[in-house]
Amino acid sequence: MRHLAAALVLLLAGPSTAGEGVVAGLSQDRISITANFDGSDLLIYGAVKREEAIPVHPLDVIVTVEGPSTPLTVRRKSHVFGIWANTAAVEVDHAPSFYAVATTRPLYEAMSWTEDLRHKISVPQMIRSVGAPQEISDSPAFSEALIRIRENNGLYSLKEGSVDLREETLFSTEIDLPANLVEGEYRTRIFLLRDLGVVAWHETVIDVRKVGLERWLYELATGQPALYGSLALFLAALAGWAASTAFRLLKNG
Amino acid sequence: MQIYLPIAEVSVNAFALLGIGGLVGVLSGLFGVGGGFLITPLLFFIGVPPTVAVATGANQVVASSVSGVLAHLKRRTVDIRMGLVLLVGGLIGSGMGVWVFNQLSRLGQIDLVVQLSYVLFLGLVGLLMLQESLRALNRDRKGIPVSTKRHQHLWLHNLPFKMKFRASGLYISVVPPLLVGVFVGVLAAIMGVGGGFIMVPAMIYLLGMPTKVVIGTSLFQIIFVTGFTTFMHAWTNQSVDLMLALLLILGGVVGAQIGTRLGAKLKAEQLRVLLALLVLSVCFKIALDLLLMPSELYSITPVKRP
Repeated sequence: MRHLAAALVLLLAGPSTAGEGVVAGLSQDRISITANFDGSDLLIYGAVKREEAIPVHPLDVIVTVEGPSTPLTVRRKSHVFGIWANTAAVEVDHAPSFYAVATTRPLYEAMSWTEDLRHKISVPQMIRSVGAPQEISDSPAFSEALIRIRENNGLYSLKEGSVDLREETLFSTEIDLPANLVEGEYRTRIFLLRDLGVVAWHETVIDVRKVGLERWLYELATGQPALYGSLALFLAALAGWAASTAFRLLKNG
Repeated sequence: MQIYLPIAEVSVNAFALLGIGGLVGVLSGLFGVGGGFLITPLLFFIGVPPTVAVATGANQVVASSVSGVLAHLKRRTVDIRMGLVLLVGGLIGSGMGVWVFNQLSRLGQIDLVVQLSYVLFLGLVGLLMLQESLRALNRDRKGIPVSTKRHQHLWLHNLPFKMKFRASGLYISVVPPLLVGVFVGVLAAIMGVGGGFIMVPAMIYLLGMPTKVVIGTSLFQIIFVTGFTTFMHAWTNQSVDLMLALLLILGGVVGAQIGTRLGAKLKAEQLRVLLALLVLSVCFKIALDLLLMPSELYSITPVKRP
């Protein structure tokens, strides 16, 4: 079941530079993870506010959604003594659990490399690894592997041309949030670009939270681990006893 | 029907979980193995993170073992005294095993050691059991009378501290069962399983217990070993997922009852051939993973920062 909360329209005006600004809205600013959560479509839309004539260079829009970051270890296997074993590891200090980029045109036709460095927009810009051990000479391969694995899992994506722009004023795009979503604050950014440069941008946060039973179990597991462990054992024993009794009654009755 | 697991933080198919629980439950009731060596790889396969899979798998084994033991208790096929002796050894061994596990983790090669011990012990146990039970089946078919040597007295049965195990019809020293318990406890802690697949053949071939009581007794001690494991995982790692556990348990307890009834209909030798084949196929699968080049050489693990 696709979970779509009542469309909450958030009208927020972004910082206005060079005479143009972003007015943005989200289909939801809160995503609730319930027991039957299996992903969600996030609609991001808005308009370009301007007080002058439309400039000559065409407008581009880039939208990014970024999940909370955690440190990771990326390991690599190699063939030793006839078997495949982990032989090398690189620690990644900063990698978002989810990252989606949507653009109106191919990324580097809309934006320059300098702007990418400045605003950290493309997927590789989001990965920051602390120094690799000395014996590893090809540490970029580890970041590439991290991106490849997460792209295959639907966690990282670059969708060029998926932002719909009308009359240089109205834009909208849909971001596909997968089922294996991690709890936390999801930073959403909207960039307006002309002539490869960012002319205005806007940032907002979507709150992704577990609710109801999911919330309760999670809090109990982390807050009261001994009680939670006992509860797990009690339920297991109870279920075992109940099944055994039920089957005996079924057989005798 | 998809369901979101609060601790594992993934969404999986509820019916797939019921199915996995049921399958492992049937095996548990049938063979007296906890099924830990099957449930953990199956959970990896549907996308549950390894730490959650190991801890929650242990929790499900508790439930199916309780269900199985109650059925065996009704049929008076549990040697509680033997179970307690094995359990004492098991808890000592499990303490030692946790220490070895931590040393290996520090060296950074725990995954490899776990996989290698799976291949080694599953392979060894599976081959021995297959050979023995096929020979027994063959003997049955040819009508050669079985030369009962159950009460053969090995030197290790003549050690001091003799004890009477009435349900097993044995009067032996407590030292061999204690040692078996310790050995299984060590392996259980390192491999993250209840240890039934080693316990069952050890009881049959080393202790000379009748197959009939072996399964119930094995389940009896597995309850406590996996219960201890579950609690420790929940307490120290917070990696037990109750939502996942409940679905697995629901399938598992029903499966265990079916398994126990199936087991009563099959001959002991046939049961052992089936268990041997199952153990060997899991061993083969893990060996292939080690020997063949993986499709993805890289893997991601979250760093735990206190």
